[in-house]
This record gives sequence, C-alpha cells and structure tokens, in this order.
Amino acid sequence: MKELKLMKGNEALAEAAILAGCDGYFGYPITPQSEILEYLTIDAQKRTGMVVLQAESEIASINMIYGAAGTGKKVMTSSSSPGMSLMQEGISYIACAELPCLLVNVVRGGPGLGTIQPSQGDYFQAVKGGGHGDYKLIVLAPSTVQEMVDHVKLGFDLAFKWRNPVLILTDGALGQMMEKVQLPDQLPRSTEDPDWATVGKPKTRERNFITSLHIEPDQMQEVNLHLQKKYRAIEKEEIRFEKFDCEDAEIILVAFGLVARICHKAAQLAREKGIKVGVFRPITVYPYPYDELNKLADQAKGFLTVEMNAGQMVEDVRLAVNGKIPVEFLGRMGGIVPTPEEILLKLEEKFVGETV
Amino acid sequence: MNEKTMIEEQHFSEIISEENICTNDNLVFERTETLIDTTMHYCPGCGHGVAHRLIAEVIDELGIQNKTIGVAPVGCSVFMYNYMNIDMTEAPHGRASAAATGIKRVMPDKYVFSYQGDGDLAAIGTGETIHTCNRGENILIVFINNGIYGMTGGQMAPTTLPGMKSTTTPHGRDVEIMGNPLKITELIAQLPGVYYCTRTAVNNPVNVRKAKKAIMNGFKYQELKKGLSFVEIVTNCPSNWKMNPVDSNVWMEENMLPFYPLGDIKVPKAEKGE
Repeated sequence: MKELKLMKGNEALAEAAILAGCDGYFGYPITPQSEILEYLTIDAQKRTGMVVLQAESEIASINMIYGAAGTGKKVMTSSSSPGMSLMQEGISYIACAELPCLLVNVVRGGPGLGTIQPSQGDYFQAVKGGGHGDYKLIVLAPSTVQEMVDHVKLGFDLAFKWRNPVLILTDGALGQMMEKVQLPDQLPRSTEDPDWATVGKPKTRERNFITSLHIEPDQMQEVNLHLQKKYRAIEKEEIRFEKFDCEDAEIILVAFGLVARICHKAAQLAREKGIKVGVFRPITVYPYPYDELNKLADQAKGFLTVEMNAGQMVEDVRLAVNGKIPVEFLGRMGGIVPTPEEILLKLEEKFVGETV
Repeated sequence: MNEKTMIEEQHFSEIISEENICTNDNLVFERTETLIDTTMHYCPGCGHGVAHRLIAEVIDELGIQNKTIGVAPVGCSVFMYNYMNIDMTEAPHGRASAAATGIKRVMPDKYVFSYQGDGDLAAIGTGETIHTCNRGENILIVFINNGIYGMTGGQMAPTTLPGMKSTTTPHGRDVEIMGNPLKITELIAQLPGVYYCTRTAVNNPVNVRKAKKAIMNGFKYQELKKGLSFVEIVTNCPSNWKMNPVDSNVWMEENMLPFYPLGDIKVPKAEKGE
C-alpha cells in the first residue's frame, strides 16, 4: 500500500496536478483557493517543467488557458466564486471551441463578494451553463481530499476524451481541511500533439484554427447540434454516483460534495433511532444521475436534499423524481455548514411526523 | 465564331499562357505562400489586407510557417484565420495577448503573435495588453490603429481623435466628456518588458516597407528571446470614416499621423546608433 500523507485539500489538488503531468497552470489569487497557486510556485516547474504563471486577473488566466489549451497541452486554472464569474465568457469560448482543460472552483459564499466560508452556491453556474450560449462542462464534485486528488487525473482524462472543459466543483471547507490522502504515481507531461492543436502548421497538413465564431446561422446551428450530440453521449457514458445504505432505505438524503459526508452521519443517527435512511451522492453533477434517482424514487417514501445554498441541486432531484414522491430541502447559506443533527431533525419533521 | 476569329483565338492562347509569361528568366516574385488565395472581407482601401500580407511575407521569408501561431482578435480582423495559412486561435474581445501568453508559455520555442485593433487592444483589453507587455512575454503584438470601431459600425474607439466624428460621438469626440485618445503605444513603451516598440503605417510604399521591416524585427527579436515587440500600424477606415480610400489616406496623413507620429518609440540600445 502506498504511503498515506496528511494534506490540505487545495495543496493535495495542486500536488495531484503536478503528478498528473499537467503542462501549465495559470491562475489568480482568491480565498479560499490561493494555496493551489502558492503550492505550485514552490517547485512544480523544477519537478516536471510545468508552467506556473500568476495572471493579472481571472479574465487573463482563463484566456491564457484558452490559448494554451488550444495547443493540446494539459492545462488548468483554479479560482473561487467571484473569480469564476469573471471567467465565464472565456469558458463559453473554450466549450464552443471544444478545448480540453481542467477548471477548479473552490466555492465560497455569495452572492457578490460574499464570504470566504464554504458554500455550494455555484451549482447552477457550474451545471446549467454559467456563461452565454448552450454548452456544458463535465462537473466533478469531490467529497473528500482524496477525491480532490483523484478528480484531477480523472478530470484531465475526461477533458481529453471528450474535448470538453471539466470543472472540479468543490468548496472552501474541502479546500482548507486536512485529511489523509494517497497520492498517485508521477505521470509524464504531454508528449504528443493532438491533430487539432495549434502548434505550428507543417506542410503535411491543413492549418488548424481555433474559433467559436460561426457567423452563418446554419453553421452555428450545426456546431450546436454537434455539441448537443456530444453532451448526450457524455450523459450516457460518464455518470458517476455513490449509494450508501440505500438498499432498504425509506428516506434518502441526496447531497453532493462535502454535505454528503455530513448526510452519512445523519443517516447513521437516524438508523440508530430505527429510521431507515440512505444517502445518494452524485459524483458527476453534470452529467446528472437522473435515472438512478428516479429508480430510487420507486422504493423510497421521500427524498431530502441537503445543500449549502438556497436550493439549487434540488431542482435536478425534482426533475429526476418527476413528482413520484415528495422531495424536501434543507439549505444553509452564507458559509454555514449544516450539522448532522439538524439534518436528522428536518428529516423527522418532514417524514416521521412530530419530533419529540 | 467564324474561322478568322477561331484562328485569332488559337493564336492568342498560344502567345499568352502561363508558361509564356512566367519563365525562369523573368520570374521576380511568387505568391506569398502563407497568405491564402481567397477574397478578403475587408472594405476597399482598408489597411488590414496589406498588414496581413506583410506578416505572411515575413513568415515566408523567415521560413517559420511550421513554427508560428497567431492570435486573432474580435473586430474587423476576427476572420484573420481565413486568410493566413498558419495555425491560429481567435481570442475573446481584448484577450488576444493573454491567449498568446498561454500559447507561448507552453511552447516557448514557437513564434507567437497577436493581431489586435484599437478597441480590442486599448479599450476592453487594456489590462491584458499592459500586463502582457510588462511581463515581457516573448511575443509580437501587431496593433492596428484606425481610430474607430470597424466591425460594429463606426463607434468611438479609445484612439478616436479629439473632435473626430463617430456613431457614438456624432458631434465629434468631446475630450471633456470622453477623455483624450489613449496613446497606448507610448504608454507600454515605458515598461521594461517591452524590447521593441515602433509606429508604422501602410498608406504608401515607403511606409509599407518600413512596416514590414518592423514586423521582421519583431519576429527576429522573438527568435533571440528578447521580450515583447510591439508594432503599431496606423491605418485608415474608409467605410467608417465615410470617405473613399484615397481621401481617407489623405485624411489619415493630415490628421492621424500628427497625433500618432510614425517612427521608433523604443529600440534596442545596441541598435540606436544605426
């Protein structure tokens, strides 16, 4: 078994980027994710030759990613909520031009400048678009520091498999907390140029150009149809989720990221009181595991969705369940993390009747 | 067609054929390989076509087509990748120099240039322009300054002259309200990261040759890893200046060039004595 290390989420993710053979990181400081940039500036360049550059803004960093991703290299950026908002135009370009890259949002409370405490308030931005036009990111939602590590390689793999930007949607708590992790082996940096990359045109091929401009409506529709076809394929092939104690569960807690772990504790407390509770955790929040949730709705009495926002993913849960059973919601905002006890209380209140 | 005409036709085609016209003895010029043989969308008399051509000629002369990546802006030259036979990326408005930075940083041995208009480079992209220059990115920025927004139909640009009319300054640019034109070339020349900074034009053969030399310098300094080269090309915009091409060039000389004087603004120290 490989050595276990105690690492902070952001630093573990940064280390995973070096180990994944990332070719370039471009980013701008913002709490609670600045450790990623800080960690990479220590010795990433020395270890693998990886480029690490502090940009003058998130707008600049996402456009550096746009340029660099066009060369077919493994590149990434990270930010937190307000910074991600600034990046949305660039992300839309990247999605339309079908460039692979890895984005990380260590979400903090909003709206506005908000708070630096953890939140899941950027769910809509992450999975419903964020920027302009019809596009989708593949969105991974880690719930442990170990997954913060694992999703880096997975993210790059998916990005290149689908030529699509991949977003790791995590939060300030996971970014800042320390947990034990197992790090993967060092992978080489990119060695081959994809045939679509802008690396300099040899005589042997036509020029490559990267654009999201398709001025003729017919052409623009074609591009959209092509993207939508790709998204349907992603929805078929890339759904990931985790079920915990769902086999006999009458009530299922649905949560992503860190909150799912709190739900585990709440489920355990409920079981101790004789209430059969399970936990369903989407790992990909796009593509979303609608079918699996719909199946679970045939067995359960009700779902309770728990989020650190005003109720965002709950809309997808309701879409999945399609009215079969009640879907209740518990949300905490402003950087407050729900406790297992309050989840249990809500669960009893909604599904078990009057609490003692 | 009668017999006489047929004979004449035959005779004519025998005399005037490609082989007859172009022989090894009289061939002095070949089509610029890096410029794609197609019709450009630019208006008659526009300077973009010449500027594209010059970049293409320099790439051909240096033999670096397979090592050059260009970045097109948003603006009239948004379709530059349709005309240049090189790998290119079309960047979001104002962000061409950031995209160029990304490309260059992950491929430091390739030649990278951005090609940007005044609105792109000196309004929405001012931040990226200044910081790309300040970092001394080892790239070439070609800055096309025609004092107006072309693609969107003639609105005020950061470089629109005082008193100059545009669709958003219909009474002429009032500097009390809109501020003065931004001489961004002089501004970035102050930055240590900028190795070479010059202002040229493409309105007559002499200036065209000078502009080409400047672009050539930019690529050569990049080869030598000297830092950022910045070549401004002052051009006309007949359509949005609402003039014919000839008048627009006269107007440019009389109005634009006194405000944006041609010549080197920053040259490498060793070359100053030349």
